[in-house]
Amino acid sequence: MNPVNYLYLAALLFTVGAAGVLIRRNAIVLFMCIELMLNACNLAFVTFSRMHGNLDGQVIAFFTMVVAAAEVVIGLAIIVTIFRSRHSASVDDSGLLKL
Amino acid sequence: MNAAATASMTSTGEAVQFWILAVVATGGALGTVLMRKAVHSALSLAGTMIVLAVFYLANGAYFLGVVQIIVYTGAIMMLFLFVVMLVGVTAADSLKETIRGQRWLAALCALGFGVLLFAGIANASLRSFDGLGQANSGGNVQGIAALLFTKYVFAFEITGALLITAAVGAMVLTHRERTERAPTQRELSVARVRRGKQVPPLPAPGVYARHNAVDVPGLLPDGTPSELTVNATLRARGQIRDVSAEALGELAALEQRSSEWQGQKQGEGRKGAAQ
Amino acid sequence: MENLIGLLVLAPLLGAAVLLCGGRRLDRAGHWVGTLLAAVSFVIGVVLFAYLLGRSGDDRELGVTVFSWVPVGGFRADVGFQLDQLSMTFVLLITGVGSLIHLYSVGYMAHDERRRRFFGYLNLFLAAMLLLVLADNYLLLYVGWEGVGLASFLLIGFWQHKPSAATAAKKAFLVNRVGDMGLSIAIMLMFTTFGTFAFGPVLGGADGAGEGRLTAIGLMLLLAACGKSAQVPLQSWLGDAMEGPTPVSALIHAATMVTAGVYLIVRSGAIFEGAPDAQTAVVTVGAVTLLFGAIVGCAKDDIKKALAGSTMSQIGYMILAAGLGPVGYVFAIMHLVTHGFFKAGLFLGAGSVMHAMDDEVDMRHYGGLRTYMPITFVTFGLGYLAIIGFPGLSGFFSKDKIIEAAFAKGGTEGWILGGAALLGAAITAYYMTRVMLMTFFGEKRWQPAPSPAEPGAEPAAAHGAGELPHPHEAPRTMTVPMIVLAVGSVFAGGLFTVNNAFVKWLEPVTGHEEGHSPVSALTVTAATMAVLVVGVALAWAQYGRRPVPVTAPRGSLLTRAARRDLLQDDFNHVVLVRGGEHLTRSLVYVDHTVVDGVVNGTAASVGGLSGRMRKLQNGYARSYAVSMFGGAAVLIAATLLMRAV
Repeated sequence: MNPVNYLYLAALLFTVGAAGVLIRRNAIVLFMCIELMLNACNLAFVTFSRMHGNLDGQVIAFFTMVVAAAEVVIGLAIIVTIFRSRHSASVDDSGLLKL
Repeated sequence: MNAAATASMTSTGEAVQFWILAVVATGGALGTVLMRKAVHSALSLAGTMIVLAVFYLANGAYFLGVVQIIVYTGAIMMLFLFVVMLVGVTAADSLKETIRGQRWLAALCALGFGVLLFAGIANASLRSFDGLGQANSGGNVQGIAALLFTKYVFAFEITGALLITAAVGAMVLTHRERTERAPTQRELSVARVRRGKQVPPLPAPGVYARHNAVDVPGLLPDGTPSELTVNATLRARGQIRDVSAEALGELAALEQRSSEWQGQKQGEGRKGAAQ
Repeated sequence: MENLIGLLVLAPLLGAAVLLCGGRRLDRAGHWVGTLLAAVSFVIGVVLFAYLLGRSGDDRELGVTVFSWVPVGGFRADVGFQLDQLSMTFVLLITGVGSLIHLYSVGYMAHDERRRRFFGYLNLFLAAMLLLVLADNYLLLYVGWEGVGLASFLLIGFWQHKPSAATAAKKAFLVNRVGDMGLSIAIMLMFTTFGTFAFGPVLGGADGAGEGRLTAIGLMLLLAACGKSAQVPLQSWLGDAMEGPTPVSALIHAATMVTAGVYLIVRSGAIFEGAPDAQTAVVTVGAVTLLFGAIVGCAKDDIKKALAGSTMSQIGYMILAAGLGPVGYVFAIMHLVTHGFFKAGLFLGAGSVMHAMDDEVDMRHYGGLRTYMPITFVTFGLGYLAIIGFPGLSGFFSKDKIIEAAFAKGGTEGWILGGAALLGAAITAYYMTRVMLMTFFGEKRWQPAPSPAEPGAEPAAAHGAGELPHPHEAPRTMTVPMIVLAVGSVFAGGLFTVNNAFVKWLEPVTGHEEGHSPVSALTVTAATMAVLVVGVALAWAQYGRRPVPVTAPRGSLLTRAARRDLLQDDFNHVVLVRGGEHLTRSLVYVDHTVVDGVVNGTAASVGGLSGRMRKLQNGYARSYAVSMFGGAAVLIAATLLMRAV
């Protein structure tokens, strides 16, 4: 098997995650889909690391994880805050700027 | 087989592992997107992440594989679940689309994007895989550490600052400042009397019935069940067990049986009188 | 002495300011204030005249610069006055006749409650007219030119409650605008040609300028003169201007303002001498107008309109003379002065008659007035004899000279011009005799007063409507000016001609050369006398021997056309008004469809597009995410395409 298949899998996971972002309305699930996309990227990075024979790709993936963790923390805090005030976790309801 | 060919092909074991786990990962991803309940989505995602951790290990990223399990599956996904518990009182999302054409557009975009991405990868002049044997010769963790603290030290420090900021931000966002004095118990009782609604403590569930479970409403003196006796959360979830109906049903069945039995006796008596 | 020139203008200007700003406090004495200041101006004029007479002929030009008006870089326009023999002549005419008419107006306007305002306007007119003739540059002349236009507008429409008067004022103003535009263009051309407006450099440098340029300036000046002096083709306003009070008609629309065009042409003589084509245009206009006005004058039954036609015709004579060059300048001015006397006198007489007849203006309702109004009859009669050129009276001398000068033009042109002038003289004799006979002779054709007429101006209107008028002689304030003007009409011509006094007086300014007529002077005089007799006899045969019908007969085609000012208004209406309306309508149409269409269409399409674009901004984060995702897909496609290429 050619390791390029890892890249195809990463592309597939990324696409599925993106579709999820577009389809789901629950902010938490939406966030999960974003995590899925980030993980797909990480897989690609790791595969590239193997392809190039150095560890830079893994370092980048490591940074991605850190940033994802920070993002999740803040994002979930925002979701909780919004839920407290509006009693809804649907992204469609957060539309105060809507016409 | 020469060295390059070896590097560009995986072992049969890895191939088998890939094909099996890839299906699992894709299934998990689809589950994340398609499951109606957020908890199920989270669990599907956790499964995908664990599979990805295995892939990392297979790709020679031992450190990342472990971190993936500890940080993602262990910390982030648990945080997700925690928030789902906190927020997700609504049991399941409605999957009915509200924005007209959104689903079609999303499908179209995803399809186009995926096809293009696949085409891009297939089209790319990918060099042969070098493998990580040389890079990992001094140990994967040591290799990453060497990079992190030399080449990427600046980014690493900034990442630290980012994490601290995120932690502080999360606290600020979720912390609720009390803007007024909390009412004392006395004030609460006065307010309750003034509202004139349920002054004494709420009745306990199941007291006058044959059940003492918390999801069974107690019966009022006239025999009707009182929902007030059930915990509000259970009431909101609609998880009230209607024992009274069961009891009444059993009673009816009993009466039926006894009347049948009595009718038998009467019939015999009537027969006897006729004779 | 020079400073007196400024005072000359300042006195009536002060009067106008005081009377117009003074308010009702001056109602009781305002008319005397106005008359006094006009008289002061006249006295100053006489003093200056005496001073000029005391100097030698070539040294009679005074100049004074009051202040620098527009000092811009190397360019200067000054408020400066120039008093020479030409200006002096005008100053004396304006202030003299003006003072007399002020005096006359005291009686004529006695019962008008807005008399103070009337005198304020009259003083304003005097100031503007004096500014016009005293200015030492064209820009200041233009100020005076517009000033008299304004005063004329205000005075024609003085009885603004009458729609006819308001319309007439507007018409006069509008027609004058056309002429004024000519003057302003002429001044601009002068500036580009000579770099200055002052008379000295402009007229002195005329020889150096190209003939085409001079012709253009000359034609524009002629247009200005046509507007102000009611010459064909801008003559249509003068007849309607008779809606104003009669003193106004006498002063502004007979004696002074309408002659401003003659002044302009004579003053700009150097320019016209360098442009023979412009001169030809001038004499053509003059000849056409003198016949036009005379024909119109024959048909009008309104005494003032008949006199207005006559004014037009007489000014035609002046313009004709002015267009002849140095041969005619002096006689143009001479006729102007004598005309100022007798035409003002005639108008005042007409005003007196109207005054007596309850503001009746139709001559067919007059008749037999000579016994009732002897003074008016005599003064009017003398003015009549003067205008037809009765030997020995002023009109005889001035008009005869003009006819001579016209013949002296030479060639076919000379014969045509001379013939036109002679014919004009005959028609003048005819229509003036007609006026005279219809007004003062024959049987009474008085009609009951239809309704209360002009407010105030009517001391005899004590009796009510429906009664026959009771003609009576006018009060002394009115008769005295008439007598003075009649004396002027009789003697002015002779006085000017004796010893060639007027020619000598004006020659240093305008220049003069004797014409060489193909026919002798005696022949011309004899011919003039002959046509005079023919004209008078014709009128006598038509209006003296037979009774005059009270309602006008239908008349010939020419008569009917002449009653309508020879269809001038109809021509204007069809060509200018209709044309203008059509042009305006088509422009409005273009504006509505094309211009507005483009603007509104752009707005509508932008609006419609925005309305559709707005739907994209539905506020759903997920919709925006689709856009982003689609964009990413497009980017990948683009990258792949670029690589493929």
